[in-house]
Amino acid sequence: MSQPTSAPNTATSAPPLDAQVVRLLGESKMIIVCGPGGVGKTTSAAALGVAAARHFDKRVLVLTVDPAKRLATALGLAALGNVEVPVQVALARGSLTMAMIDTKSSWDDMIRRHAPNETIRDRVLANDLYKTLTSRFVHSHDYVVTERLFDARESGKFDLVIVDTPPSRSALSVLDAPRRMQQFFGSRLLKLLTAPTQSRLLSLASRPFFIVADRILGAAFLSDIAEFFTLFRTMEAPIVARASRVGSLLSDTATSYVVVTSAEPIALNEAGYLVSELRQRRHRLEAVLANRLVPAALANGATARAEHLAASTEPLLASLANAEREIATVAAREQQALRRIREWGVDVLVSESRGGDITDIDSLLALGEAVHRR
Amino acid sequence: MDDKGSLAAYLGRAALTYEPTEVQPGVFAMAMNTEDSLREYIRLFLRVPIIGSLTPLARIFDFVANAAPAVKEILAVGKLCYEVRERNYDIVIVDSEASGHFVAQVSAPDALATLVRIGIVADQTKWMSDLLHDPATSTVLAVVTPEEMPVVETIELRDRLSQATPIDFAGVVVNRMPNDIVTPASLHEVRQRAAAAGPGATIATTGAVAAWLADRRASAESHARRLAETFELANVETITEASALVETPAQVTDHVVAELQRILQEHS
Repeated sequence: MSQPTSAPNTATSAPPLDAQVVRLLGESKMIIVCGPGGVGKTTSAAALGVAAARHFDKRVLVLTVDPAKRLATALGLAALGNVEVPVQVALARGSLTMAMIDTKSSWDDMIRRHAPNETIRDRVLANDLYKTLTSRFVHSHDYVVTERLFDARESGKFDLVIVDTPPSRSALSVLDAPRRMQQFFGSRLLKLLTAPTQSRLLSLASRPFFIVADRILGAAFLSDIAEFFTLFRTMEAPIVARASRVGSLLSDTATSYVVVTSAEPIALNEAGYLVSELRQRRHRLEAVLANRLVPAALANGATARAEHLAASTEPLLASLANAEREIATVAAREQQALRRIREWGVDVLVSESRGGDITDIDSLLALGEAVHRR
Repeated sequence: MDDKGSLAAYLGRAALTYEPTEVQPGVFAMAMNTEDSLREYIRLFLRVPIIGSLTPLARIFDFVANAAPAVKEILAVGKLCYEVRERNYDIVIVDSEASGHFVAQVSAPDALATLVRIGIVADQTKWMSDLLHDPATSTVLAVVTPEEMPVVETIELRDRLSQATPIDFAGVVVNRMPNDIVTPASLHEVRQRAAAAGPGATIATTGAVAAWLADRRASAESHARRLAETFELANVETITEASALVETPAQVTDHVVAELQRILQEHS
């Protein structure tokens, strides 16, 4: 693989990318894409990935950390597993790889990697509590994301990692996972749970907790928990070290954040919340991407055309006035939404609705190439 | 369940709290908050009212709820099941989390039951599961926009749900179906005129507008058909997209209510 460069493709066959998109794709090592549900976040992440591979000599990974299988759908693939899948992009200067996170497999890999010996590894993998937590509870997903982000960035296999996060506030839960993992290993509760039974009961401080916990959960379950966490604690050092590194990577200046939203008021409310939360966490917010806007070529002049058509005596033309009116109203509302986004003090990128579905690489590329600043 | 304040906006409120508010005569709304749910749980079932105000509990809760994945799900589902069991309302409608999280949430009592076999929680997961598994009491209604990804996700949701828990699946409603503004005949006619007038003519732009709206509608119809075929329905119920003139969340609510009344009338 040749050395990555931030110079965009200048081949005549490739349409020029918007300057801000060039900066985003050229200078970032990681792009975290977040936003409300149902606004086209996954498609936007995939489109940026395809455009990056097409225009830059970069090895690009698009990683979906959303438990839903949207990325596979966006690519027109039947399924994406835990393994990285190379994706062919015509005339690409770089390369594109896609992957999603299968929670259970990722947890198992993590245990295999960090267990200090085979006995502990096998006991953890066979533990009932471990099996249930890693296969059935969605928030367990957040923790393995940390491991995968570490691998993606530190393996040296990729120059740009684009991360598609779960919708809305679940994205923040993913971003906060490294910190929570560190807190978890340092917590008093973990020390209590993993303390020998006798010292637990003798400790004045912990007795009330165990009395309540015993009534709620039963002694047998508490004992299972204690066993699991005692085993898990043997992996503290490598897991905490990785969580700490990923925590730093998330705040790194080479990590950019893009909030995707539609122009709808409720999606905008949520996008505004995400913008303020990302700022509070001191993450580098590159832009808000307003997605699925009515194409400017159709919106411009729609009101005048509607008025002109409505005045026509021809039934066909008069009926088309409704179509123009609809476009004009939607476009006016979108302008209002863009003004509101600008009030947040962020750069605004837009992506216009192309009509029809985006389910293959070519349509993703066209979408990615058409993203522009407005 | 997904506390981003949109339900409050649609009901014409600034915010909703864990404490139910009567938003219209006979209609109460609340926002789930798992910390309040834990407090209520401890007060009701452990009869330890004072513990809720102690700082160490808050700290323990913060750790447990964020680090131990099962806790948030079971506290949320437990609260809903409790309201149903106590018959505090005639019907409880849950605006659930997005589909990626929903299965874990609704199957939390089953998952916990495999882990905790004795104690208060073991008893309680049993009655929660019983309520959720009873088709006369609980059912799931999927609401989906007519686009490729949400439709695929909804089909997957039903499959994953049936593997995780025996809860009833009532069906699917397509929301925001684009209005049928441009008829095929007028699209054909305007295209012919645009072709005759050549590029740059006003009629060519109007033709492009009509084609864009017609494509959007045709694509949405094909997704609705796919849902109907997959779910083996004659057709799926469709809530038409509110006109662009409908702006406020309250107006959106009025529009959806009118659409639901139309659907009910069609079936009566």
